[in-house]
Amino acid sequence: MSTRRLATVTIFMVMVLILAACVGRRQAFECDDPIGCVEVPPGEPIKIAALQAISGAVASLGTDQVRGVEIAIDDRGGELLGHPIDLTVEDDLCSAEGGTTGAQKIVSDPQVIGIIGTSCSGAAVPASQIMSEAGLVMISGSNTSPFLTSLGGEKGNAWQPGYFRTAHNDEVQGAAAANFAYNELGVRKAASIHDGDPYTQGLAMVFNQVFEELGGEIVMATAVNKGDTDMRPVLTSIAAAGAELVFFPIFQPEGDFIVLQSKEIEGFEGVYLMGADGLLSDTFVESVGEQGKGMYFSGPASPEGPEYDEFVRKYEEKYGEKPIQAFHAHAYDAANMLFKAIEETAVVQDDGTVYILRQKLRDYLYNLKNFQGLTGTLSCNEFGDCADPKITVVRLDDPAAGIEGLRKNVVFVYEP
Amino acid sequence: MQRALPQQISDRFNFAAGVIWALRVIVAAIVVWGAVSTLTSGFYSASQWRDLFIFGLAQGGVYALIALGYTMVYGILGFINFAHGEVFMSGMMIGYFVADYLNEAGMWNGNPVLALLIVLVVSMLTSTGVAVLVERIAYRPLRESPRIVPLITSIGASFFIQYAFRGLFGAGVKSYPRMEALQGAITVLGVRILKVHVLVIVAVFIMMGLLYWFVEKTRMGKAIRAVAEDKEIAALMGVDIDRAIVMTFAIGGMMAGAAGLLYALVFNQVFFFSGFLPGIKAFTAAVLGGIGNIVGAMLGGIVLGIVESVGPILILSGLGIPAPHQLKDVVAFTVLVLVLIFRPKGLLGERLAEERD
Repeated sequence: MSTRRLATVTIFMVMVLILAACVGRRQAFECDDPIGCVEVPPGEPIKIAALQAISGAVASLGTDQVRGVEIAIDDRGGELLGHPIDLTVEDDLCSAEGGTTGAQKIVSDPQVIGIIGTSCSGAAVPASQIMSEAGLVMISGSNTSPFLTSLGGEKGNAWQPGYFRTAHNDEVQGAAAANFAYNELGVRKAASIHDGDPYTQGLAMVFNQVFEELGGEIVMATAVNKGDTDMRPVLTSIAAAGAELVFFPIFQPEGDFIVLQSKEIEGFEGVYLMGADGLLSDTFVESVGEQGKGMYFSGPASPEGPEYDEFVRKYEEKYGEKPIQAFHAHAYDAANMLFKAIEETAVVQDDGTVYILRQKLRDYLYNLKNFQGLTGTLSCNEFGDCADPKITVVRLDDPAAGIEGLRKNVVFVYEP
Repeated sequence: MQRALPQQISDRFNFAAGVIWALRVIVAAIVVWGAVSTLTSGFYSASQWRDLFIFGLAQGGVYALIALGYTMVYGILGFINFAHGEVFMSGMMIGYFVADYLNEAGMWNGNPVLALLIVLVVSMLTSTGVAVLVERIAYRPLRESPRIVPLITSIGASFFIQYAFRGLFGAGVKSYPRMEALQGAITVLGVRILKVHVLVIVAVFIMMGLLYWFVEKTRMGKAIRAVAEDKEIAALMGVDIDRAIVMTFAIGGMMAGAAGLLYALVFNQVFFFSGFLPGIKAFTAAVLGGIGNIVGAMLGGIVLGIVESVGPILILSGLGIPAPHQLKDVVAFTVLVLVLIFRPKGLLGERLAEERD
């Protein structure tokens, strides 16, 4: 090759490189995030998903939260960093199967940034693993099982990086329920029923532990299956064991069957019934009606203050009814946390292109402190627990007043 | 069996027979051990055992009514109609709307007997209609196909009906109104029974008696039995096969509709998925009793109900297994597996037609 030709080629290559550098500078963004970035070109939506229980007996739990997320989007005029927010809603069916299918559907779209969900801890166990491997973040407004974050200061066995929640950890709720039963009701012999779901199992377990630590006796720690309808045998066992209170932190419709059928069992007349937040819904109150009078429920304290009142006003205006479950505000906070994290960590180009850095987003959330939400001042710890937990125990005195009346009838407040 | 063992040395099934024999001993030992240790612990009183038995009888009666539909269709067409659980649910669901209306009108508690009859007729008609439609649309065109084809079609029909009901009436749980006349318990012969269970048990036995009479004593019943035995020969003898098959589905549907109302009175709830689990349980009951055998389905349903109610406490809690109620289905299906191992044709054998003529 002659020197002259070499020089020509060299000059040509240098020019190509310079040109490439010029073109490159116009999109000078290089993704150095360890788990990847999402590019949102101008005019394209920022995609988030909600994975909630929106069908079947637990539909109130998920629908209430989807509404919370929709109101959070409305509050921003449907936009984030100049891009429209696109919300996809999937059904978690309140089961591991639903969580798996829903999460796989969501992560199959690589543009999705985060998930608000799930409704049920049982669905969260597989869903959080799938979303975590795909690099998303997930913030749940109502998963409360200790296994998902931490139990006794240790990582829970279902913990996944990128998983957060604005709902309380049931370590707190279980302790609240046990304290109320032992100290306020004076119960010394209690029984608990779970249904094998991580939420119900975790909560019943903590209740049993704390109740025994307080000096009480758990005369029967038993379980039923999701889908069981005939609770009379299990209630007969509990009556035979001599329990004074039965704590059943399960869902509908199994919870309804326990309440309704307990009235038919000999020896169950003076036994206190106590459920948890999974049963704090309009459909449960309607279903048990007069038969549920005198029943206790532990659950998150109803938020208070002008911001919450304003939220309820928007809710009623948009959906034509008062909030139907206990976790709408938690879901609203979860959505706002996600939006804030995206705003704070995203890289915005001059032409409006937005880059969202997945690991940076997670890191931001893990370090989030003093976020003002409807449910209190939220600060996330290294396990993903962000809630400002305050648990109340309410009593059903007037079924006609519905879920709203029930949540206002507070008989006990517990803050760790 | 013991005497036969030495002679079977050269028999190639000897090993299998030995395993089954050993299994029998093990199962019997576990059951006896569990039952004895539960009973000797004295944890449950006699009246609680009696209550559990009655709960099981009532639940089993409902299973038996649904199981009749599975077993009759199997007897006559030789496949499992998996859409039968949805036939049951459809009667329960439409019955709900009528019951709710009657409740609003004040008749549900004002004149409970008439109200129950109205809802019963509506739910039986609905279930019958759905069963006959499914036969007409989904199974009749496939009658000449291999059995696996209508079986798969029945699963499709099952999903179709479930989600059609979900689409029509929503996914929420609907609460049946409570009937004051059925609340509480009465004492029969010194035994305390819930009123609703009395109703269920009495109604189930009346329905089963009527069905038995129909199949055994009427012309149509004879035609059904003839078709079950041999379609071609029955046709040659002048039996209208289509009519006999439609009748089979219609009767199965009627039983399922009645079961739907009884189930709703006991559990007060219905939603689009309510038919699935009772359907599976009733199918189990039909196999347990000997699929294709009408009396077998009745017996199988009642046995299954009682095993589910009494079994977990009697056997599992005696063995020290925690939370035995969660294992109710395990106990029920274990009983099914054991029955199929020791009596492969079910408790009473398989055929609809044989042995009776």
